[in-house]
Amino acid sequence: MTDIILRTENLVKNFGDLQVLRGISTEIRRGEVVSIIGPSGGGKSTFLRCLNLLEEPTEGKVFFNDQDITDKKLNICEYRQKIGMVFQNFNVFPNMTVLENITLAPILEKKVPKEEAEAEAMALLRRVGLEDKANEYPRKLSGGQKQRLAIVRALAMHPEVMLFDEPTSALDPEMVKEVLNVITELTRSGMTILIVTHEMGFAREVSDRVLFICDGVITEEGSPDQIFTSPRHPSTNRFLSMVL
Amino acid sequence: MDKIFGLLEKYYMVFLSGLWGTLWLSALTVIFGTVLGIIVAMGRMGKSKILKAITDVYIEILRGTPVLLQLYFVWIGLPKLIPFEWTDTQCILIALVINASAYISEIIRAGIGAVDKGQWEAAKSIGLSKVHTMTRVIMPQAIKNILPALCNEFITTVKGTSLASVFFVGELMTSYKTVAAATFLQLPSLTIAGVIYFVVNFVLSRLLRLLERRLTVSD
Repeated sequence: MTDIILRTENLVKNFGDLQVLRGISTEIRRGEVVSIIGPSGGGKSTFLRCLNLLEEPTEGKVFFNDQDITDKKLNICEYRQKIGMVFQNFNVFPNMTVLENITLAPILEKKVPKEEAEAEAMALLRRVGLEDKANEYPRKLSGGQKQRLAIVRALAMHPEVMLFDEPTSALDPEMVKEVLNVITELTRSGMTILIVTHEMGFAREVSDRVLFICDGVITEEGSPDQIFTSPRHPSTNRFLSMVL
Repeated sequence: MDKIFGLLEKYYMVFLSGLWGTLWLSALTVIFGTVLGIIVAMGRMGKSKILKAITDVYIEILRGTPVLLQLYFVWIGLPKLIPFEWTDTQCILIALVINASAYISEIIRAGIGAVDKGQWEAAKSIGLSKVHTMTRVIMPQAIKNILPALCNEFITTVKGTSLASVFFVGELMTSYKTVAAATFLQLPSLTIAGVIYFVVNFVLSRLLRLLERRLTVSD
């Protein structure tokens, strides 16, 4: 048995009167690749954002390596350094060069010497084919390039978990593949990955497990083959018949 | 025209000292107004509900009443509140600073608010501290939103210092009053003061535009 890196206990999130998460309990094992699928507004992104406390859960707990991260005494910045996140809209920093985007947090928060941080950033950029863009500003990059930058910016902090929140939804179709390739490569490296996605083919190919979140609860979970070929829950069935 | 040049020849020192008064009054108002404005904006955007309420009321009152009234209020009220030999100039400067701080704090707040929410989230997600998020990610972007509006505010401030003439604090409008009273040449002396104001603000706006362009180079 591999150990549990993330565990949620009855996670509830309200936005005003609206209950977005209605009690999500799940466990993520170290090295596992988990896809989260489901209809829009069902709470997939909110669930992901609760895991690094971009959203504060209304009720329930999140454990990271058996430590309760909703504990107010926890240094939240240090925790977030261990959890990388990639957003739908890239959110690269437009006021910095590509290289500075990557080295910013390691230099400031981990006190990595500048040369070392830059050398590592260059290695990461080579890994995603952006080494020639190191000194450009993000405005010169395409959507796909921005997203690859966002991925290595997160990786530069050596996170233990990577969260992807619809990483290809804002991309032009021809750029989806270059980003998915980077993520696929990452799944092979043994990184623990949670990915909210509408790319069903991709989810089926890379995941160890698929969570189907609908109306704020996990209505079904299982291996990709089981979910995609013989979904048990009617809502999963309905959703898949609409998107596939 | 002859009258104007005649006036300039005889009274240029009065206008120059008025210009000097306007310049340093404006500069101090802008500097201290910005410092106070930043503090007010921080209160407004902070977590404390009490601070938020206080700064809200502060801004609303200062924006909802005439500057001239505020000048009178401080000029009369300050010596009563804090017994000290306040000079007229000190009272007026303080009133101008307080007034400017309300507008500047709103400009700063709006400029920071206009930065994409995703930038905060991205900065948080890589584990940047609050201070670094603000100084490295948010402010460099917000400054581009803030600067144009702040430039307008600076020009308004320069013009606003003319109200100090009501209290006979040395500045350009006071120079006009002095010269006009001595010569009865109202329109020519007013024209001179007007041209000087215009030139100062024109130069100021060009300088700020230059600075703005410098800062926006990166995107």
